[in-house]
Amino acid sequence: MEFEQILFYIFSFWFVASSLAMIFSRNAAKAVLFLILAFFSAASIWILLEAEFLAIILILVYVGAVMVLFLFVIKMLNIDKSTLRAKFAGYLPLGLVVAAVIVAEMILVLGSHQFGLEVVAAPARHSADYSNITVLATQLYTTYVYPFELAAVLLLIAIIAAITLVHQSQIKRKQQSISEQVKVRAKDRLRLISITSPNKKTKEVDGG
Amino acid sequence: MTNPYSFDIASLSVAIPEIFLLSAIVVILLIDLFLTQPFKQVTYYLTQLSLLITAILAFNLIGQPDTIIFSDSFILDKLAAVFKVLMLGAAMVAMVYTRHYLIQHSLFRGEYFILVLLAMLGMMVMVSGYSLLTLYLGLEILSLSLYTLIAIARKRSNAIEAALKYFVLGAIASGLLLYGMSMVYGISGSLNIGEIAQFSSATNLGGREALIINFGLVFLVIGIAFKLGAVPFHMWVPDVYQGAPTATTMFIATVPKIAVVAMLVRILIDGLGAMQLDWQGLFVALSLLSIAIGSLAALMQTNIKRLLAYSTISHIGFIMLGFVTGVIAGYGAAVFYVLAYVIMSLAAFGVIILLNKKGFEAEQISDYKGLNKHAPWFALMLLIVMLSMAGVPPFIGFYAKFFILQQILSAGFVSIAIIAVIFAVISAYYYLKIIKTMYFDVPEEGNTFSISAPMDMQIILSINAVLILVVGLLPNQWLKLALSLF
Amino acid sequence: MMMALWQAFVVSTHNLLPWFDGVIATVLIILIKAFALIMPLMLVVAYFTYAERKMIGYMQLRIGPNRVGPRGWLQPIADALKLMTKEIIFPSKANIYLFLLAPVLAIAPAIAVWAVIPFAEGIFVVDLDVSLLYVLAIGSIGVYGIILAGWASNSKYPLLGALRSASLLVSYEIVIGFALVTVVMIAGSVNLNTIVEAQRGGILHWYWLPLLPMMIIFFISALVETNRAPFDVVEGESEIVGGTHVEYSGMTFAIFFLAEYANMILMAVLAVLLFFGGWHSPFMGIPYLEFMFSWVPGIVWLLAKSSFFMFLYLWVRATFPRFRYDQIMRLSWKVFLPITIIWIFVVALMTQLKLGVWFG
Repeated sequence: MEFEQILFYIFSFWFVASSLAMIFSRNAAKAVLFLILAFFSAASIWILLEAEFLAIILILVYVGAVMVLFLFVIKMLNIDKSTLRAKFAGYLPLGLVVAAVIVAEMILVLGSHQFGLEVVAAPARHSADYSNITVLATQLYTTYVYPFELAAVLLLIAIIAAITLVHQSQIKRKQQSISEQVKVRAKDRLRLISITSPNKKTKEVDGG
Repeated sequence: MTNPYSFDIASLSVAIPEIFLLSAIVVILLIDLFLTQPFKQVTYYLTQLSLLITAILAFNLIGQPDTIIFSDSFILDKLAAVFKVLMLGAAMVAMVYTRHYLIQHSLFRGEYFILVLLAMLGMMVMVSGYSLLTLYLGLEILSLSLYTLIAIARKRSNAIEAALKYFVLGAIASGLLLYGMSMVYGISGSLNIGEIAQFSSATNLGGREALIINFGLVFLVIGIAFKLGAVPFHMWVPDVYQGAPTATTMFIATVPKIAVVAMLVRILIDGLGAMQLDWQGLFVALSLLSIAIGSLAALMQTNIKRLLAYSTISHIGFIMLGFVTGVIAGYGAAVFYVLAYVIMSLAAFGVIILLNKKGFEAEQISDYKGLNKHAPWFALMLLIVMLSMAGVPPFIGFYAKFFILQQILSAGFVSIAIIAVIFAVISAYYYLKIIKTMYFDVPEEGNTFSISAPMDMQIILSINAVLILVVGLLPNQWLKLALSLF
Repeated sequence: MMMALWQAFVVSTHNLLPWFDGVIATVLIILIKAFALIMPLMLVVAYFTYAERKMIGYMQLRIGPNRVGPRGWLQPIADALKLMTKEIIFPSKANIYLFLLAPVLAIAPAIAVWAVIPFAEGIFVVDLDVSLLYVLAIGSIGVYGIILAGWASNSKYPLLGALRSASLLVSYEIVIGFALVTVVMIAGSVNLNTIVEAQRGGILHWYWLPLLPMMIIFFISALVETNRAPFDVVEGESEIVGGTHVEYSGMTFAIFFLAEYANMILMAVLAVLLFFGGWHSPFMGIPYLEFMFSWVPGIVWLLAKSSFFMFLYLWVRATFPRFRYDQIMRLSWKVFLPITIIWIFVVALMTQLKLGVWFG
């Protein structure tokens, strides 16, 4: 076996194992952690496939941002585990049958006899100075510029949708105006009074 | 070597409607931000204006030679141009009705119209999509806007429920569609519809290729059926129709159907047309089930929005029957049916919205008791719609069904045609029940049909309903137009 | 004897797995490099804490630690020994595995990031093509340590601290990301080596000048990312009595501490690499001075410049009062984000017009 193959099997093992652990773990926080491990393993496999840019982006976006928000939500919610599991046993037989059928179909259609190395040629290797990002960027901004723009529109909709659904038009709660707080200067709040000896007159001066 | 970043600006002229619409959306979004309460109506007028200009721009493109730009991911042919004009026109009519509804139920917000415009953009992308990637992105732009348009009535629990159901099932459908696309891409090596067509029609399509492309095809058909709401992927339709604000229901029921049919044409006919025999069987099952379940389940409904949902399912069944035939005449009949369906649905929901009052939705069929006594004109409008939906000549609905059945028969599917006719007769019962309620039942105490809708809506609605009759009187012109699209 | 055993091991592995020879050598070299990197790093961390206490002491007209060793120089060693010998206390009902995993998750990325940092021309552990993205990606994992610490402690103040931390880090990562986009736009690369090389030639060729607002935003965001005053609401001693660290004691606490300071040093070095010309001499291009300082090795310039930024951390801490949580959020979303986005367009314009010496 080649060294790369050994690495591949190690990462694949972790990928599969952590995915299974994620599904079967009863603690939502642990499930998220296993999912993170699965992402890491996937990213490692991508690096073996010379897709280092995608691998890093996977970690940056999914592990660094999306999963943080997941954990955030899990902490905020008090998930009642008993209701989650109440109907599980009832759906289990049907679920198992469906899963078995899908797995069988996928093996039949996607197995190595269909997409194996004997059928499809292995992709060509690139030299060490091959820059993944340059190629990707060139493709993205020339051939795929239209889908790229459409994806941007999709994100715009997501922003509009999120704000539309959450934004309260009338604010009825007490709220601090931070910009006014930041703009405040000492002389707005503070008045310096110079107090001299009681014999003399007291006079006010502006502070600053 | 040529500069990879340079492209021909002039070639983008066929995408002018989309480019204009997106720019208009951004501008309206910004203008809406600075509008204060009494001037919020400006957003509505700007929306109508931009829809109109986009429609004119799209209209000018009818008759252009087929052009493919953006690295083979955008096509402008007659189908795309005509569908765009139809969709934009339908959307303009829908917006007239929508404004009344939103004001009545204090849902009037600038974002509503922005999201409608974005949904329109998504649909235009779908209609012009010539690559699986752009088709999918257009669909997602559409779906994401629709989810929000439902949930925008966030104080109503059933609207939130409808949005959630639509979102979850829509996401599953998108997943299935993507899975199918990935199979087709994996084996054909291209996302481009034209190249997929070349690949799938190749005579040397071996057993391995055929197996995998069939595997993907099943998922593609399921995804499209989900989006159309065909049985057995229809579960979301009644709940979404009932739970969503009526204006949103009207929008979902009309314009997106045109876009999804266009996507169906792009993927299954332009792309995988050579495999028509493979998806024909699926379509027979889907359409017969839709016609049957749609007709039977509607019999039990007391809520008119739910009833129209099941009626939609049965109409979808007929539309899909047109694609079963596998000939251009059949496809044309299906497109004609879509057109008829959109006009009828717009009018039906228009009347429902018209009878809305502040804090009251005319949802129950019993709300329409004695409508004839108080608002005879609009009772007549609803009568036309219901007769047309039931398939009574000389209305447009009759010709729609007639053309489909004609093509089905000439393609040799006699038994299918007989089943379809039987269920069409059954479905006539519930349409006639509404007519009976309007004309022969005594109105309930305190139910006064005071029409508070503005004059523009009343006029447009009347024109809309009369159109059902007018198109019904000269159906052949429209059929010719529909046939010329293929 | 040892040599013979080693020989036998090498020969047997060679016979079994022929490709293994190269692997051993590679792994050994990687280990040595890692060791050579981590040991000095830990030392710098230790004496950075000492410097912090001394400097803030002087700023506040105190003397600072001066009991252990001459002038208190052995203070960090004494602190380390103290923390190592202390008992690790587990809160009741805490999730022990996650409780122990948290500090590991905090320190591991804090060290792993250093793998791609170039210290001078040719002095680095790995020359990764996407090194800047790697720094961002691995750096963003550090937040899990804090979140898990807050959650696994089963205690209210750590939870509050963790919630604050999660939302702050996500917000400021966006700002940092956008700020770095401008650097990448000018340099035309996400490789840190290339970015530094693009700044070759004198203090005016460094990116701090065209990207001055971005540099300031980067530095302030770095303060937030590393939970430093005046943005240390995650710890917030006066509000939530120490935040995520409340329940940690002994070595578990020390590891969080190490991670935080390693991150601070990293951010200082990163600021130098991205905006202050990395290892290049500031006098490059100036006729007389360039020659006078040509004997100074690059790594010295890098460390000297980084020290300045590290000093800024301490200075800021001794100067400003703590921000309120919502004020920090506003700063990110309503002030920094718009500025960074506008500056991206400014940089795009500058790149297109080839203004100044920065755009080759």
